[in-house]
Amino acid sequence: MSFVEELRLPDLVRPFIRKIASYEGPPIHIMEVCGTHTVAIFRHGLKGLLPPAVKLLSGPGCPVCVTPNEVIDRAIALAAVPGHILVTFGDMMKVPGSYSSLAQAKAEGADVRVVYSPLESIQLARENRSKIVIFFGVGFETTAPTTAACLVEARSASLRNYFFLSAHKLVPPAIGALLTSGDVHVDGLICPGHVSAIIGSKPYEFIARDHGIGCVVTGFEPVDILQALSLLVEMRTSGRPSVVIGYRRAVRPEGNVKAQELMRTVFSVGSSVWRGIGEIPGTGLSLSDEYEGFCATRHLDVKLRPVREAAGCSCGEILRGVKSPPECRLFGTACTPEYPVGPCMVSTEGTCAAWYRYSPSTGAGSGGSSERGA
Amino acid sequence: MSVSHSRVLLAHGSGGKLASELLSTIFLPPFANPILKTMDDSAVCPFMDEVSTSGGKEPLEIRVAFTTDSYVVKPLFFPGGDIGRLAVCGTVNDLSMVGANPRYLSAAFIVEEGLPTSCLRRVVGSMKKAAREAGVSIVTGDTKVVERGSVDGLFINTAGIGLVPPGRKVSGALVQEGDSVILSGPVANHGISVLLERERMGFVGTVQSDVAPLNHLVSRMFETCPNLRALRDPTRGGVATSLVEISRQSGVTIRIFEEKIPIDPDVAGACEILGYDPLYVANEGKLLAFVPRAEAPLVVEAMRSIEQGRGAVVIGEVTGGPDARVLMTTRIGGTRVVDMLSGGQFPRIC
Repeated sequence: MSFVEELRLPDLVRPFIRKIASYEGPPIHIMEVCGTHTVAIFRHGLKGLLPPAVKLLSGPGCPVCVTPNEVIDRAIALAAVPGHILVTFGDMMKVPGSYSSLAQAKAEGADVRVVYSPLESIQLARENRSKIVIFFGVGFETTAPTTAACLVEARSASLRNYFFLSAHKLVPPAIGALLTSGDVHVDGLICPGHVSAIIGSKPYEFIARDHGIGCVVTGFEPVDILQALSLLVEMRTSGRPSVVIGYRRAVRPEGNVKAQELMRTVFSVGSSVWRGIGEIPGTGLSLSDEYEGFCATRHLDVKLRPVREAAGCSCGEILRGVKSPPECRLFGTACTPEYPVGPCMVSTEGTCAAWYRYSPSTGAGSGGSSERGA
Repeated sequence: MSVSHSRVLLAHGSGGKLASELLSTIFLPPFANPILKTMDDSAVCPFMDEVSTSGGKEPLEIRVAFTTDSYVVKPLFFPGGDIGRLAVCGTVNDLSMVGANPRYLSAAFIVEEGLPTSCLRRVVGSMKKAAREAGVSIVTGDTKVVERGSVDGLFINTAGIGLVPPGRKVSGALVQEGDSVILSGPVANHGISVLLERERMGFVGTVQSDVAPLNHLVSRMFETCPNLRALRDPTRGGVATSLVEISRQSGVTIRIFEEKIPIDPDVAGACEILGYDPLYVANEGKLLAFVPRAEAPLVVEAMRSIEQGRGAVVIGEVTGGPDARVLMTTRIGGTRVVDMLSGGQFPRIC
């Protein structure tokens, strides 16, 4: 069993599709919080299988997209200093900051390295003792524990040339802020299974309790997403919202306690700026007092030009689920994956990139006809 | 802000949209000519000759297929192949994709100072073996040694020529509504093999590259179906990019079916973990063929009789215009667009 093929069998998904299709109530708006879900929905052509009354909104859960220009500008400035090596994930390379991108900086001579695992940054620091190695860490609770493990390693090895620039963020308080803002109407939430593999489902309980909105933590296969949708439609119909784990093969209510401990040791929680949303208390991970010596922002001085935002870019509204990509006037014309204006068009998990790349009605090569699944 | 590309980015070399933009803005305009414009895997160059017959001399058109490619793979050796085998097979396959019988190759080596000679010997030995397998000769070459750091170990360029038999005409521009799309076997083996070897990700088991010469397979296909419309080896950019290129060359919509696309379980697993779409991962021993629907079953059967075509299957059909694009029916019955990527693929962050 590969646990992949089995989950994509048409027979497995059919009952869920039938159940969702039978929904006859008023329009129901379900937000998939996470970019990985957004991409999965498009990749498998799920939208075309849903009835018009079930509407999907994309949320702020693409870590690359919500990283503000200010942090990207800092990463670029740090990379441009001779003797610095900036280490990050490939997905960050093309994201435009105020004036440039890391890919552009690299082409201009900056030493930027793309890694698959944060642990490679430790190796680079060991091999390049005469240089300063800065790990630019991006991601939610899924990637934060590995970053934490790197810092523990850097500390125990007394690596003096290793620094860390944090763009790590926490998901549940951001959802809370979004729901409280009143900007967007949401009847149900699909929450990312990989985040809950770390944090469990408990941090989401306030969503049902305080906001009266159903929440399903689930995986990324079509059957996972369809099951979640069918549960959320059912909760809406019955008027009994709750928090359900639909991803029991990976998630326990309490999560991964060891990873949580590691995060608590290395990070301290503070407020953080989300692109398009603004500052949200309790969503930022910076280094704890014990690890503060590795903080690139504090210890490596760089000159930053004033932050600029791209005119006309709707990434902010798109990240809040207020607008869908085709409603942005730059989408597909001034803003494409080759020449992205905003980060939602760059990241592999970005909402605009997913619409552009996969949607038969709005995407590349579209003839404008909306296709429903066979 | 929009990032203007005043410098070449690594993504310009990935075979996606940025690469095709580099071609269309920098390279094609100054060199423009009718042969280059066809944008197939090899140029087909006509030469006029004369042939003596009983009635005197008659004109004879000879068509020489000509192609070149540079190989910069890292690491130099990977499960299932190495840079040498790749350099021979890649050029043999590019010639085969325009219907030519590959004959003669050149090989140029750019070597980094300090490369062990044993490594060079191993690469050359592997080229000899691949050339024998394909039935081609390496008849000319060049060697340059550059300072340490100027190249990454070893780069190889090969060029090749072969003859296109009289009457044979295949091109990505000849695809028609009603054609079937055939894929010769499982996708993404080469790209994943190289990636796993380079990054040493510690997956259990190895994925073998599929690097192999395809000329014997192509010959067999032409024996069965002389009016093959188009062939393409889905290397950099994968099956998706090749299909999009052909849909644009011929101005047709191509529909493929996700459930028909063969993929080895190990490769599927690695792609799943990394967040790669196997449709965009490179192959070096696979081909896509467009044939009239009625002839597809016979072509598939013929392909399966040759090792490189063992896994041949029909994966889709050409549904005509008006839009030049590729659609995929997903396994669960949804529809999505298959587009070119703008640059390379990256593993997912979360």
